[in-house]
Amino acid sequence: MTTALYDVAGPRTRRNVFIGSVISGVVFALLVVVALLRFRAKGQFDADHWDWLKDGGIRGFFAEGLLLTVRAALTGMVLAMTIGALLALARLSRTAPLRWLATTYIEVFRALPVLLLIFFAYLALPRISPSLNVSPFTAVVLGLTLYNSAVLAEIFRAGILSLDRGQSEAAYSIGLSYAQVMRLVVVPQAFRRMIPSLISQLVTLLKDTSYGYIVTYDELLRRAKVNADFDSDWLISSYIAVLLIYVAVNFVLSRLAQRLEVRARRRYGAGTIQAGTEDLALLAAEGEATVASH
Amino acid sequence: MGVVLDHLGEFGNGWFTTIRLSVLSFLLAMAIGLLIAAMRVSPFQPARVVGTAYVDIFRNSPLPVLILLVWFGLPKLDIDVSRFWAAVAVLSLYTGAFLGETVRSGINAVALGQSEAARSIGLTFTQNLRLIILPQAMRTVVQPIGNIWIALIKNSAVASFIAVPELIFRADHVNTEESNPVPILIGAAIGYLLLTLPSGFVLSRIERRVAIKR
Repeated sequence: MTTALYDVAGPRTRRNVFIGSVISGVVFALLVVVALLRFRAKGQFDADHWDWLKDGGIRGFFAEGLLLTVRAALTGMVLAMTIGALLALARLSRTAPLRWLATTYIEVFRALPVLLLIFFAYLALPRISPSLNVSPFTAVVLGLTLYNSAVLAEIFRAGILSLDRGQSEAAYSIGLSYAQVMRLVVVPQAFRRMIPSLISQLVTLLKDTSYGYIVTYDELLRRAKVNADFDSDWLISSYIAVLLIYVAVNFVLSRLAQRLEVRARRRYGAGTIQAGTEDLALLAAEGEATVASH
Repeated sequence: MGVVLDHLGEFGNGWFTTIRLSVLSFLLAMAIGLLIAAMRVSPFQPARVVGTAYVDIFRNSPLPVLILLVWFGLPKLDIDVSRFWAAVAVLSLYTGAFLGETVRSGINAVALGQSEAARSIGLTFTQNLRLIILPQAMRTVVQPIGNIWIALIKNSAVASFIAVPELIFRADHVNTEESNPVPILIGAAIGYLLLTLPSGFVLSRIERRVAIKR
């Protein structure tokens, strides 16, 4: 519980809090009951709306969909991290044109919807170079890579900049070259601080693979649709099943990122990294560690 | 880029629908976010539990899954809603989770001594929140809220999944007619950049103005 807002409660406050808790509890319970009754009245709890769960074949079908989702996400993540790291170095480099190029790339691709980039890879790339055969998988991975390399580049850059200047100054003063300073001193330390933001970005990336649905990439959401098309009674249960799979996987990753962020803050203080637009690990950690803003 | 100019009307319509979708969703999401944040810092445990569960579910859900579930699921429950409002509902439920978490973190980020000092001079809980905590919290959350706004503009593209005639849907539509995806998609991209880049610029100006100097 957040503490700063209240005094330690006296007997009267404790009673009021108890009454408030009971009332709010009853209100939430009523809302849930109303929703469940609606589901029941429309037959959503009938056995034939959920019986596909008992079919091993269909369960396997969904498990395979999850595998394809994870495959697209991990491929995109690896590519985006590689390109993102190069972009970050380019943006920090002392060669001006390189810096401008990287900055333009980052600012443009960060500001576009992933869906648009997936479309672009799927529809436009084959026109630009007709020899390219862009499969749905390639389109999803390319779209995710274009967007996330820009976001990750900013995470890497922030990570490198978050390091105390003394680190690189000391490294230069003992005669290391720029490449050596980066490789031996800066990047290894910066990388450790970036891990929570990287995990948060992986969650975003995992969620975004479901945009692949629109270019017929055969992932989880597409498979829920196939299942729902097979028997329309299965529609709500199929989509809910997929939603729960996503929430379960992402919940674990989000919590992990949050833990690591809190730990990093205890260790290094508040100078951690501003990450992607939807990075909550940072915020949550800020709240938990009750760090005054830097 | 001639194709884009030929269909400028359709692009314009889509662009305005994207703006309408984003603005309405943001307002609703702000209401949801404030409610969730209030629940999460309240002394009532059931409210805290529900608030936490809300954030954990919605921030970990993919928007495409949510929008298909709502759009195809609601008719099964005999609830009628237009495409546009289904999209607004999903976008604001999702964004509300992020805003709620942001506002909560802002409240928690205000230094402990502030609230202790406020209580020690006899301010009540609401006075404390209204006069001391929230004004300071708002300053620290300007940046993250702005980022969430920009993310929302980009996320609104998911409405094309259920044929809401926003920018991407229009672009796709023009493309089925003209079959010339390169300029058409670049046109749509420019439409998004015209919204997201100025937002980012204005945001950094505001951020510089309200930043707490220490």
